[in-house]
Amino acid sequence: MALLREFIKTEHWMRRERPVHQVNAPIIRASGLTVRYESGFALQDVSFEIHPGERLAVVGPNGAGKTTLFKAIAGVITPTAGQVHVYGYEPGGHTCIAYVTQRSQVDWTFPVSVADVVMMGRIGRLGFFRQPRAKDWDIVKQSLETVNLAELSGRQISQLSGGQQQRMFIARALAQEAELMLMDEPTTGLDMNSQEELLVILEKLQRRGVTVLVALHDLKLAAERFERVMLLNHRLLGLGTPEEVFVPQALTRTYGSHLRLVSTPEGLLALEDTCCEEGVLVHD
Amino acid sequence: MIELVMAPLQYEFMVRGLAAAIMVGILCATLGTYVVLRGMAFFGDALAHAILPGMAIGYLVGGGARGPLFWWALLTAIISSLGIGAISHSAKIKEDTAIGIMFAGMFALGVALISTSRSYTVDLTHFLFGDVLGVRGADLRLMGLFGGLILLAVFAFYKEFLVLSFDPILATTLRLPTRLLDFFLLVLLAVAIVVSLQTVGVALMVAMLVTPAATAYLLTRRLAHMMVLGTIIASLSGVVGLYLSYYLSIASGAAIVLTCTLIFTLTWAFQAIRQRISLARSRLSLAADQR
Repeated sequence: MALLREFIKTEHWMRRERPVHQVNAPIIRASGLTVRYESGFALQDVSFEIHPGERLAVVGPNGAGKTTLFKAIAGVITPTAGQVHVYGYEPGGHTCIAYVTQRSQVDWTFPVSVADVVMMGRIGRLGFFRQPRAKDWDIVKQSLETVNLAELSGRQISQLSGGQQQRMFIARALAQEAELMLMDEPTTGLDMNSQEELLVILEKLQRRGVTVLVALHDLKLAAERFERVMLLNHRLLGLGTPEEVFVPQALTRTYGSHLRLVSTPEGLLALEDTCCEEGVLVHD
Repeated sequence: MIELVMAPLQYEFMVRGLAAAIMVGILCATLGTYVVLRGMAFFGDALAHAILPGMAIGYLVGGGARGPLFWWALLTAIISSLGIGAISHSAKIKEDTAIGIMFAGMFALGVALISTSRSYTVDLTHFLFGDVLGVRGADLRLMGLFGGLILLAVFAFYKEFLVLSFDPILATTLRLPTRLLDFFLLVLLAVAIVVSLQTVGVALMVAMLVTPAATAYLLTRRLAHMMVLGTIIASLSGVVGLYLSYYLSIASGAAIVLTCTLIFTLTWAFQAIRQRISLARSRLSLAADQR
């Protein structure tokens, strides 16, 4: 049965039927989104709207459901209850979503070059039985130039640094002509310079109209470098500007005992003891 | 030297055996690339073993005739690959456990069926370890036909299989029919195994799938290069193995597999030594700098 359904889907895909984006619809609308694994709820009754062109940090402790949320938006997993709509449609029909997994989830020894990986983004546009043409390689080259990786295009992917690996996946999203980009913990394990370079490129994407959602567990980075943040711990605990969202009540609800709030002369300092040593100033 | 190479070629069975070994090398290394990269070695082994009962039934029904065996094996292989694929998608039991249960069960059924025939030992040996020198012209034509179809399919779906193997989540977000492609790859693997059965047999099949591709993996960092290099290594092993079998009077399937293993071991040792040397060199130059 599952195979038969897949056949029908493929047939649509072969005829290149893609849902048209609803004008003025929010790029993501989640309503009552719930995902339940055998171990328990990963997401519970999460509802929100995100509009095109936003650059949003999704913040929460490890295991808060950030990855699950991204996978539900990308249509990789089916929600137990509730819905996610992308541009007014279920995610199953879109090819404009790019999901960048955590670096630890990638097989870096796989025998492909940087350009090969970026070309993978073109496959959705190419369709079956078509080989990449000069135009596609041009797009790959431009995408790599945008993320400052053009000279490394022939390298095997294990020979890249952590920051370069993330930028390669951004280039792939560009080659895919993605309008919505979901990045799962891209800053983990990066040094300050690589982190900065990544953030600058993300800002560049936003100016091009790409909506970017970044999962972070670094509160400081979210507060300093993102205009909008989402606090998540299985339930949605806040969505807005860092000033609106990072208030003591919401933070303690998100982090529970893992967070200590300390009053300092400059304001309220939130100290996480799960992942980062640095505290973040959340309140003046 | 030339005499040594030419002498066996006066026998037609040797020429047919060599042709079969080369074809099998090309097919197994091409699909073996996916087997190695996706960690499917156990799956390939299980699939080869699961074909045995189908061959046994064909063998008993046909009264020992060789002709229909190919089709029986093909049918069983496709059913088994779909069956194992379905099992591995259900989450109740771990995939390798499920494969282990099915594979041993099917294999035992095959042995039980063959044991009802009178010429039990000889036939079982041929099924298990191959009989490349018994390859007939008709077998070669079938191998060529199906082998060609497999290569064509791998070429046509090269970029889809690449994404599916490297990043299944990207394949999903690009709306590729991932489950269908997964099954298709399994069916291709099943057909390749059937085509290769007569050369190395059920028990040694996995070596042909894994060893040449793994050797190529040590030597290159591009998928297409890995396929081509693996094909060359596997075909060469087939030819060298057959000559060894001819001159040393050892079982042909085993000789081919042993040649593959030897090439892998040499490559691996060569790489390890080269790494040691470059490490020692960089230490030396570091020490020189400090002085």
